[in-house]
Amino acid sequence: MTCLPEKTDKKLGLLIDLNICVGCHACAVSCKEWNTSGITGPMEDLKPYGDDPSGVWYNRIHSYEFKKEDEIDRTVYFPKSCLHCEDAPCVTVCPTGASLKRSEDGIVLVNPDVCIGCKLCSWACPYGAREYDTTGGVMQKCTLCVDKIYDETVSEERRVPSCVSTCPAGARHFGDFADPESNVSQLAAENDARDLFPEMETKPVNQYLPPRKREHHESKKLDHKVSTVKDALVKWAKLDFTG
Amino acid sequence: MTVENKISVKSTTCYMCACRCGINVHLKDGRIKYIEGNPDHPVNRGVLCAKGSAGIMQHYSPARLTAPLKRVGPRGSGEFEEISWDEAMSIATEKLRAVREKDPKRFAFFTGRDQSQALTGWFSAKFGTHNYAAHGGFCSVNMAAAGLYTIGGSFWEFGEPDWDRTKYFMMFGVAEDHDSNPIKKGIGKVKSRKDTKYISVNPIQTGYAAIADEWLGIRPGTDGLFVGALIAELLKSEQIDWEFLTRYTNSPWLVIDDPGSAKHGLFARDEAEKSLCYDLEKAAVTELIVGKSKPALIGSFKLSDGTKVVPAFQHIVEEFLGDGYELTKVEKETGIKAIDIERIAAEMAEVAFSEEIIIDQKWTDSYGNEHDQFIGRPVSFHAMRGIAAHKNGFETCRMIHLLQMLLGAIDGPGSFLYKPPFPRPTPPHKKNATASAAPGEVCRAEPLGFPSGPEDLAVDENGEPTRLDKAFSWEYPLAIHGMMHMSLHNAWAGDPYKVDVFMMYMANMAWNSSMNVKNAIKYMTDKDADTGDYKIPYIIYSDAFYSETVPYADLILPDTTYLERWDAISMLDRPIGTAEAAADSIRQPVLEPDRDVRPFQDVVLDLGARLGLPGMVDDDGNPLYPGGYSDYLVNHERAPGVGPLSGWRGEDGTSHGKGAPNKNQLRKYIENGCYWEFELDKAERYNRFANQAYLKTATKMGWMGSPDPIVLNVYNEMLQKFHLAADGHGDHQPPDHARARIKKYFNPVPTWYPVQEHVDNNSNEYPLSALTQRPAHMYHSWGGQNAWLRQLTSQNYLYINSKTATNQGISDLDWVWVRSPHGEVKVQVKYMEGVNPGTVWTWNAIGKRRGAWALDKNSPEFQKAFLLNHVISENLTTDDGEVRSNSDPVTGQGAWFDARVKIERADDQSEGLTSPMFEPVKFYDKHKRPDVLSYGFDKEQTFDQAERSLGKKEDL
Repeated sequence: MTCLPEKTDKKLGLLIDLNICVGCHACAVSCKEWNTSGITGPMEDLKPYGDDPSGVWYNRIHSYEFKKEDEIDRTVYFPKSCLHCEDAPCVTVCPTGASLKRSEDGIVLVNPDVCIGCKLCSWACPYGAREYDTTGGVMQKCTLCVDKIYDETVSEERRVPSCVSTCPAGARHFGDFADPESNVSQLAAENDARDLFPEMETKPVNQYLPPRKREHHESKKLDHKVSTVKDALVKWAKLDFTG
Repeated sequence: MTVENKISVKSTTCYMCACRCGINVHLKDGRIKYIEGNPDHPVNRGVLCAKGSAGIMQHYSPARLTAPLKRVGPRGSGEFEEISWDEAMSIATEKLRAVREKDPKRFAFFTGRDQSQALTGWFSAKFGTHNYAAHGGFCSVNMAAAGLYTIGGSFWEFGEPDWDRTKYFMMFGVAEDHDSNPIKKGIGKVKSRKDTKYISVNPIQTGYAAIADEWLGIRPGTDGLFVGALIAELLKSEQIDWEFLTRYTNSPWLVIDDPGSAKHGLFARDEAEKSLCYDLEKAAVTELIVGKSKPALIGSFKLSDGTKVVPAFQHIVEEFLGDGYELTKVEKETGIKAIDIERIAAEMAEVAFSEEIIIDQKWTDSYGNEHDQFIGRPVSFHAMRGIAAHKNGFETCRMIHLLQMLLGAIDGPGSFLYKPPFPRPTPPHKKNATASAAPGEVCRAEPLGFPSGPEDLAVDENGEPTRLDKAFSWEYPLAIHGMMHMSLHNAWAGDPYKVDVFMMYMANMAWNSSMNVKNAIKYMTDKDADTGDYKIPYIIYSDAFYSETVPYADLILPDTTYLERWDAISMLDRPIGTAEAAADSIRQPVLEPDRDVRPFQDVVLDLGARLGLPGMVDDDGNPLYPGGYSDYLVNHERAPGVGPLSGWRGEDGTSHGKGAPNKNQLRKYIENGCYWEFELDKAERYNRFANQAYLKTATKMGWMGSPDPIVLNVYNEMLQKFHLAADGHGDHQPPDHARARIKKYFNPVPTWYPVQEHVDNNSNEYPLSALTQRPAHMYHSWGGQNAWLRQLTSQNYLYINSKTATNQGISDLDWVWVRSPHGEVKVQVKYMEGVNPGTVWTWNAIGKRRGAWALDKNSPEFQKAFLLNHVISENLTTDDGEVRSNSDPVTGQGAWFDARVKIERADDQSEGLTSPMFEPVKFYDKHKRPDVLSYGFDKEQTFDQAERSLGKKEDL
């Protein structure tokens, strides 16, 4: 079994705003194009031109309709990738040390050179965030674009995961949750950020901002000054409207 | 160990949809590693959508055509032989030369998602045919026409809400739009401000509508009633920006009130053709001087000759306070509750008039009045296909613009903002061609333009259409984007005449781009019984991919992908840009083609040169642009100093807008990330219809012919001219069969009417509206074949409100028949709650024809996915008993969203296959199609080495 670091210096992760996500899949495809050539790529596609196309996606967008008692039905888009948990069960369950959590930044990675493809980690992950690569016989997952965020050939403001730099709606934020002054910590504090499945006690680093509740609309009505054409023509005749 | 950094980055412009984002393409070993948004680019500022990121898979698609093809089997068989470009160009040239020498109009040229219309339209005019258009006629021309004829700009990508400041944003009928990423960025901003409200008016709650603060699941085609009811509420409560109306709109202009006369409904003008008002201070009819006159908006007055006149605004009052927009009626028709309409009107009024935004900035209006501030009414709107694709879309869109004008919410801080080069005169001063040329001649105008009265129609001496598609005829007078959706039918029927050569570019007319696919195919394969020749004798097609349309062409001119060519996103065409800055951009080839293909724009110029067309050859008959499209982009001048690209003009490259050609221009673009941006001065950013400094700049830059102010039209005199013609006035008379239609649909004041399908007795038999949307990850793209995107969607369902379904005993995932008066299609349903109960809908263009797009034969796109096109017809019997296009009667916009259907549970649930399933087209096997695709690059390091080296590249 593999050990988790006692403490990580940073807690790098994503803050995803479900109040803004329009389900456009920009993040998912940008993730795919970066990471298929990345440190743990390639990300295979099975029958890409065939009858049941499927493949490895580190980031998937689910959509749901739900209704709370006092609300009308609504559609919610829910992007899901590895949450880089502090108590990551996918790491502790790993028999080979392939599944690892980095002590410097908390990023959870899988070393494909050591992974034996036993899939214990995917059973252990309560979020279904692991993806199995049939070609290499190894497990894959979100790397938080570890090979982009530290790349000094990339301009500083672009040194964020590909899903964040590409998100058109600005629904995805990246930063250090260990630093209370960071953008993600601040946004989380201001906006009622939530853990996903807190009852699983995995202490996920990634946080979600829930969809803002649709307010009930207070009835309002403008005072009518005129109600018919005749009224208006009489009242407005020869009025100077130039103020 | 050393790792050679072999990655190079080239900028260009995306073409995965119509948004035209700036991209940086990362290349390694001659292959694409990564495509990202260009952080500096004015359109997308670094973001990129799913389509854009999937460009890699598009570029390497196994459906790419590889060489010119000549048909050798019957049409539709897909039997081709590969030929050389020399042979292909010789064939095309001889075919076209023969047409041009005989009768140029018998060459029809329709381009689809063409972004080089400034070239293709110009080519057509030089050839001498006015039978040219792109796909706007079946896309969203209602929005363009209503906007340009009303406020001199339009929604579309030609304007945008002031995303940074708006406080109340209402969006109608948009699943995705040309401004794909700017809208997402904008909605993200709006949703990040807790004091800004966003309302979505859309029968379907997906995507943008899903995150709205309020969703109004309106009944399709009734939006105009809703808007009309809001207008009535604002009028009744006097929540109107009177000052805006009197200064910037034609509300005070006096309209002749003399029923039966040839001038009834036209503006009264003095000898100098100046518009008149009734000045309350002078108690007299006088010339209207903005800022000085005290014009009446209501009243009945007399001209010196005794003619009765009323201010235009009075007609607005009579329409919207009269019958037709009563809340009880509107609630019943739209499904939106009366109390919600009242509330929304109150909310809008409150934001507009109690939360105005003031920017302290000196500016001078076009009438010489000086102002210290820009005053914004931060209510904004955006609307697109959901309004456009109905037969009342033109009028509905005009009503939205009227609502904006009443609120004073046009081009002010927080409201809708124009993007330069808009606003333009209403309509722009570019006339359409009225006829094709004589043999060997050129057209007197480009095919598409803007009629300003019956005299500009493309009709013959009997008032019948001169264009193949009947655009600009008395049946569809303002069809400013043409009517591509009628072109194949009309060419087949010989109505109004036959053509000899039909050329298409990037338009899948044998499949998802045609209503009524079965007939579209028939039009291309039917033969003349007497001669045995095809009724459409010769079809030339250019595309980069093996689509459903390829097998129906006689000659295929294979195009490159968007990463292998030069292009211009030109101010002459459909520019990019933002409210604050004009912009244009280029594509540069980032990779060389590895196939025998050529950019279509090079081919067009080559054809023009071979045909000796004016403007494409010099006096000796040599090609003027031997370097192809990039040569043309730099050296072509449409008018002196005006070329396809606005940046770095002049011999030294220091002029912008106008200037002599600059041989280093493309290099300057590339150095600047392949775009040019021209920021407006702060005093030029608002009220641009009457902003003196802006209009001078616009004139200097070549966007406007003169700096005259643009008066916004609450009342459209030009539409009344058509009405008068139908009443029998004037020299230009409609044929009798069109008269009643013109009288009904051409009104100077926007007027709501129900679409025909909702009135016909078939609304009982066909109780449901049927709509389509494109998923954000495939909108306006060729993405259905894309190895990554098709994993996201490869089957479409018919989404139905669960209550509607259970009432009919239909369970989730059942197969049902969707039937309309025009056809039927078998589909699988999915329950949905966020959809209007009287509406069913699906994702469009997921269904494909077996054999096309290089997909395996059992792909879900062939077996389970479907097109709703099968239940929509391009022809309808209209209420005057004539068979006419299923299109808006003013603009010819294809009315995809008026379809009415019924659904019945299929007897056989086990088969799990869609119907109709057409015979397969011949499969395409020019490229390997791997069973497992592992796109990427060979690893140079172990994982441990790579991980250890993160961020320490200098140590390696």
